[in-house]
Amino acid sequence: MTRDPAQTARALVLLAGGGVAAWLVILNFGALAAVAWRAEGLSALRGADWAAVRFTLVQALLSAALSVLLAIPIARALARRRFFGRGALIMLMGAPFILPTLVAVLGLLAVFGRAGLINQGLEALGLARLNIFGLQGVVLAHVFYNLPLATRILLQGWAAIPAERFRLGATLGFGPRESFRQLEWPMLRDLVPGAFLVIFLICLTSFSVALTMGGGPRATTVELAIYQAFRFDFDMGRAAMLALVQFGLCAAAGVLAWRVSLPSGLGGGMDRPVQRFDTGALGLRLWDGALIVSGALFLLVPLSLVALRGLPHVAGLPVEVWQAAGRSLLVALGATGLTLAMTLALAHAVLAVGPGRGAVLEWLGLAALAASPLVIGTGLYLMIRPLANPRDFALVVTMLVNAGMALPFALRLILPGLRDVMASQGRLADSLGLHGWARLRIVTLPRLRRPLGFAAGLTAALSMGDLGVIMLFAEREGATLPMQLYRLMTAYRLDDAAGAALVLLGFSLALFWLFDKWGRRFADA
Amino acid sequence: MRRPLYATIAALTLAGAAQADTLTVLAPDYFGSSWGPGPAIKEGFEARCDCTLDFRTGDVLPRLMLDGARLEGDVIIGLGTDELLRARQTGLFAGHGQDLSPLSVPVEWTDDVFIPFNWSYIAFVYDTTRLETPPASFAELVERDDISLIWQDPRSSGAGLALMLWVDQLYGDDALRIWENLAAKTVTVTAGWSEAYGMFTNGEADMVLSYTTSPAYHIMAEDDETKAAAIFEEGHYFTAEAAGVLAGASQPDLARDFMAYILSEEFQQMIATANWSYPSALPRDDWPEVFRDLPLPETAIFLSEDEADARRSPALAHWLDGMTR
Amino acid sequence: MLTLEAVTIRQDDFLLRAALQIAAGTRVAVIGPSGAGKSTLLGAIAGFVALTQGRIIWANTDISAQSPALRPISVLFQDNNLFPHLSAFDNVALGLRPSLRLNKAERAQVKAALVRVGLEGYEARLPSQLSGGQQSRVALARVVLQGKPLVLLDEPFSALGPALKAEMLQLVADICSETGATLLMVTHDITDARAIADQTILVADGVAEGPFETAPLLENPPEALRAYLG
Repeated sequence: MTRDPAQTARALVLLAGGGVAAWLVILNFGALAAVAWRAEGLSALRGADWAAVRFTLVQALLSAALSVLLAIPIARALARRRFFGRGALIMLMGAPFILPTLVAVLGLLAVFGRAGLINQGLEALGLARLNIFGLQGVVLAHVFYNLPLATRILLQGWAAIPAERFRLGATLGFGPRESFRQLEWPMLRDLVPGAFLVIFLICLTSFSVALTMGGGPRATTVELAIYQAFRFDFDMGRAAMLALVQFGLCAAAGVLAWRVSLPSGLGGGMDRPVQRFDTGALGLRLWDGALIVSGALFLLVPLSLVALRGLPHVAGLPVEVWQAAGRSLLVALGATGLTLAMTLALAHAVLAVGPGRGAVLEWLGLAALAASPLVIGTGLYLMIRPLANPRDFALVVTMLVNAGMALPFALRLILPGLRDVMASQGRLADSLGLHGWARLRIVTLPRLRRPLGFAAGLTAALSMGDLGVIMLFAEREGATLPMQLYRLMTAYRLDDAAGAALVLLGFSLALFWLFDKWGRRFADA
Repeated sequence: MRRPLYATIAALTLAGAAQADTLTVLAPDYFGSSWGPGPAIKEGFEARCDCTLDFRTGDVLPRLMLDGARLEGDVIIGLGTDELLRARQTGLFAGHGQDLSPLSVPVEWTDDVFIPFNWSYIAFVYDTTRLETPPASFAELVERDDISLIWQDPRSSGAGLALMLWVDQLYGDDALRIWENLAAKTVTVTAGWSEAYGMFTNGEADMVLSYTTSPAYHIMAEDDETKAAAIFEEGHYFTAEAAGVLAGASQPDLARDFMAYILSEEFQQMIATANWSYPSALPRDDWPEVFRDLPLPETAIFLSEDEADARRSPALAHWLDGMTR
Repeated sequence: MLTLEAVTIRQDDFLLRAALQIAAGTRVAVIGPSGAGKSTLLGAIAGFVALTQGRIIWANTDISAQSPALRPISVLFQDNNLFPHLSAFDNVALGLRPSLRLNKAERAQVKAALVRVGLEGYEARLPSQLSGGQQSRVALARVVLQGKPLVLLDEPFSALGPALKAEMLQLVADICSETGATLLMVTHDITDARAIADQTILVADGVAEGPFETAPLLENPPEALRAYLG
């Protein structure tokens, strides 16, 4: 009896998906276990640790809530207006999310800091200065970082409301208020909880930004407590315990999110403005215009200042910076390829195993957001050490870790698309005997091009700017661009560092733009 | 796929052949850059040893603690004074075998495992165009209410830890009050030195916690004389970076030669401008001019490893208490 | 001969039973009220709907456990019969080689199939560049090329105008006559059934019955069919 190719394909999907799931388990929990094992157990937490847990929760909740609340009107304004440069603006507005945190903070301070534009203006007017540092600063930085993500998630939601419904609304005489209640609110109720969850998880592991913008040890997060446990107290047991608490928070949030839906996409397709019939009033147009302009200013002015600060120094950068840029480019491309492969395998497996077990796999794909980079780095080091010299694998490990870290975003982008392809064309493909590689090549990949392009752009840009685990593994020949940036700073070469930051920004944006563009070409055919 | 495999085998064979005279030095990441001290040290030592010096850069102490006896290498360089106790406790070091009489550091240094190769004092650095009258003492800093500060978290930064121990030494149980007071004039506390220094140069604060040697960079590399360190009457906390020989060194003789090289005049002349710090075994009169001209604190404050270890936790408790009250 | 042997399909509170025998080479209409299970019946035969009980046998072989592509069946669904990102040529060629790697002779076969449905010169067009009728022809060209002995139509032409739909059905009928294929077509329109199908299966009240001779059935419909025809 010949093997049924459909069964073979299913077995392959389960095997590949299982492999990815195993890597995620190793990355998220194996590393933690290795640290705990090395520490010979977990240690109890102290009062200050619980204060850190409380602060982490408060800032993450506020940051996520504000990011999403602000994203709603901005996304709506972007969704219902067409104007010149709209696509470029949406692309550029995504930039803060892919910036290295240190660069983002310096850009933000150039506007909101004590010597920033706003305070200069207030001072010129003889007004009291604004103090950004404190909880407000932490939230501001996290909103700066995550507002673009929230906006793109919701923009996707607006694009997904069928145009026919707005047409139907128009025939029924819907004004903006009725449109909101009948058409937009149900979409928001669907998407907002998931967007909130993703951003909440991103803010959960914040460390340097929270401390710097928080103005002092009051702004101690769990991730900083983990760092302290490692480097100050040399208490790996407590570090592992804290990492476990962080996963606990992630799991709790995940269970909550199970009850509400996750965003069906992170904004893969978003350049089609929805044609509207209820938004022609002048006041409304001005309001939308004001929202778009202020959102753009908030996100783009700090970036422009980063760029301006670095521009004069790019030409004189040491050659090592460019070599490092090349190395980072390789890491980014490698991580991107790995991420896409892993995501496709996992997404196929999620759909193959059915809703219950699929949800577990989905959660596993999300869990990396709550993983402590420090624990992952140390744990992997401990795991590799008995087998080989970790320094031989610095770049490979960096790629694998970056891929694991980017997978949550890629999965959220690709899974809904894959679900759609399966629903609309799965039966046709099945009836034609399209399985395995041929199906991937002929049907799935072409149909998923748009979310794949967006996911690839996001992954490439994120891993370009990631300092991640490489410091523990790094060797002389392995310096990446973010490492060179820090090296320049620690050698007082702040001008060169500003130039390198601009190079990093440029590379990240270029990668993001290229992949996203590739995804959108012919994607509507 | 074949060619890289052959290349790897060839490289391994070559490495094996060259292994007889390669000194492996584990060093912090900044030794890997062309503008750090790494290249000069490599060139200087290779010229006198007829060997190859191979830097392996990365986080040094974590690797020492995670790798334990598996650690491969001959010498470790770049351990901060605050890290020496932990490093020593790993038991992975052999004696350096050097005569320490050339040392010129302002504290008594009789360690037969670690040798400091450069040092500095931590200090609050300011911009002379923004702060006309810097405080002349820690007490004055505490009293002044017109000064804003940025400094580093003692839990994540060596400089921050040094500041914490400095205050602990100056004020003892009164430190709590001092931290409360400093908290009021602190713009923010950063995780690392880079963030703090970058924010200071962008004008976010009047003073930043750095080193008395920091102005030397601006003077020499940027021709900028507006950065200065405020010298406090009470004395300043001493920090140094040190090197040691690993007990498992495959090249113990070369390793000791390297330790001797660290104390040599050639190394000492080079290190000040290569790492923007004071040489550890060179009389002040022989320092590069800019360093000689920098105002030097009169009193060095320094805790022995054991004292510092004993004070870490109580001092951190005061710090946390005072800063969050 | 296609035999549905004591087939039961249960999905939540939906239940369909079928015990049928369809002679090879016949053309059979499947009619019945909406929601009665016409599409489910075809889905089960094509392999997309799992049987709760019973067997499906074609030419003395039990095909119940085979995956859709292995069954001797071509299907046209209500929609999504073409991949929107592939050219007409590729969409047809998939019926021959799922890998799309064709030799010269095979390429000629694909062209011939397109010629047979009247689409010579349209090879490079994407589905979005074709009219509804032309899209249907592309799908039919693939059925021609597949040359499978059983053809299932789940109302693929329902979006076309009456004249065009009749033309398409006639084309299907002609193709089936040429190849000797057995045809099963779901329809809501009894004139279609009358025009094309010698026999008719009635799906109503959870049971698929038949096949009956079409003309006598429609002239003297049983109770369930009468209610449906109104």
